[in-house]
Amino acid sequence: MKKNKLILRFPKDLVDKPIVYKLVKDYNLLFNILKAQVNPKEEGILILELEGKDADYKAGIEYLKKEGVKVEPLSKDISMNRERCVDCGVCIPLCPTKALIKNKDTDIVEFIKENCIACEICIKICPYKAMEIKL
Amino acid sequence: MKTIKEINEKIKNGSVVVLTVEEAIALSKNKNLKELAEEIDVVTTATFGPMCSSGIYFNIGHSKPRIKLGGGKVTLNGVPCYPAFAAVDLFLGATALPENDPRNIIYPGEFRYGGGHVIEDLVNKKDLLLEAAGYGTDCYPRKTLRLNININDLNEAVLFNIRNCYQNYNVAVNLSNKIIYTYMGVLQPNLGNANYCSAGALSPLLKDPYYKTIGIGTRIFLGGGIGYVAWWGTQHNPCVERTEKGVPKFPAGTLALIGDLKNMSPKYLVGTSMLGYGVSLSVGVGIPIPILNEEILSYVLIDDSQIFAPIVDYSSDYPNRQNNILGFVSYAELKSGVIKINNKEVVTGSLSSIKKAREISLILKNWIKEAKFFLTEPVEKIPSVDSNYRFKAQKEKYEKE
Repeated sequence: MKKNKLILRFPKDLVDKPIVYKLVKDYNLLFNILKAQVNPKEEGILILELEGKDADYKAGIEYLKKEGVKVEPLSKDISMNRERCVDCGVCIPLCPTKALIKNKDTDIVEFIKENCIACEICIKICPYKAMEIKL
Repeated sequence: MKTIKEINEKIKNGSVVVLTVEEAIALSKNKNLKELAEEIDVVTTATFGPMCSSGIYFNIGHSKPRIKLGGGKVTLNGVPCYPAFAAVDLFLGATALPENDPRNIIYPGEFRYGGGHVIEDLVNKKDLLLEAAGYGTDCYPRKTLRLNININDLNEAVLFNIRNCYQNYNVAVNLSNKIIYTYMGVLQPNLGNANYCSAGALSPLLKDPYYKTIGIGTRIFLGGGIGYVAWWGTQHNPCVERTEKGVPKFPAGTLALIGDLKNMSPKYLVGTSMLGYGVSLSVGVGIPIPILNEEILSYVLIDDSQIFAPIVDYSSDYPNRQNNILGFVSYAELKSGVIKINNKEVVTGSLSSIKKAREISLILKNWIKEAKFFLTEPVEKIPSVDSNYRFKAQKEKYEKE
């Protein structure tokens, strides 16, 4: 079994095609949409968690790429700028998936990328602009 | 019993025993207080957090021909400065915003750049665009000015914090059913989170609750350089309810701090954007406490489990100045990450950085050990519990809004 959070970028001519439906029907993949940004005349962005048997997962990704969808792992996009972070921890209660935690021994605020769903709350609320996103 | 003079002698001859407050608390377990008070000479305390009542004053030198900015208009990187002094003296407050910042018109406002960020950029030795207009006089004929300036170009550049080191502070929660954006951070509805803003057992005034050693003239670590206590801070309020050990249960004493900006570091003076609220400046402060006797040490050793903060609703009680509190909680509980309010588990967030405070307490300890920093006798005490000095609320004589 394989399970990953992915960022899918759809060129504008693909935005009206039922691509995610095909992932379910033809490749037996489970998906959970974490975020979607779709505008009819622009590139669409879909952030989802995709899960399935290794072979299905691989075939599904190949199908996406063949259709012209750019596929990237999600964790790349949100990052913590250690130079800006002051380790206050005001972000911690607002992160819905415990991707931001305080190390109890060092009092350092740590960013656990695997838990991040890129909701971007931390980007908006960090008083020091220490959380960064590249879309 | 020791004197500050004796401690300074020990600093000079390298025999001083100086510990950070955390080290002192750890060392004190199962030890005799009297012996410890003889053994330890200095304990360093510290805090790092947003303090909106911060600002800088500076002198930009005279242009050729001369210009008088007093009574004129000045901006630094678009952020307005207060010019109403003589010709080229200026003040910039941490919360100043560019005229074209949308503020909360687009709610919640982002407040990406303001006074606090200008101060950080200045300390970071960046070039800043100064734009100014004066009205012209016979002795100051020039009317406009536009140039890039840098901290090195300034004559004096001085950080002046009119309020800092709050002795205890509220824990902010939201009892309403909609999200609110406050100076205590974003508060989720229905007790979604509880935010606090004190370093607790590390915080200077909580370790000297009656201001027996910290006073006017006390030399301190300020923003990475050396500063002094200039006065007590605005809103100083020593006569609030206290615990048996003398620790205030509400926001109490404050300090006004001053120091040379040119020796400070952007690591300890950081521009701060509070979503939906505004711009601020986070300031690092470290204050040494001379262990003159057992009593002073006994205050220093008060730990997070013995310091309590009031829980206040920021959706209605705080904005409407209702003196309601939802209970008290210790800093040990706050720092554990979860507290209980009305039988509900509430996750805590801190605005104050314990990590940075610890770092500052260690730097100050090393300065003292290396004889780079000597202690001072206060020139004057700040008002304590016997002063009857109180923070007054405004009298209600408003015109109808």
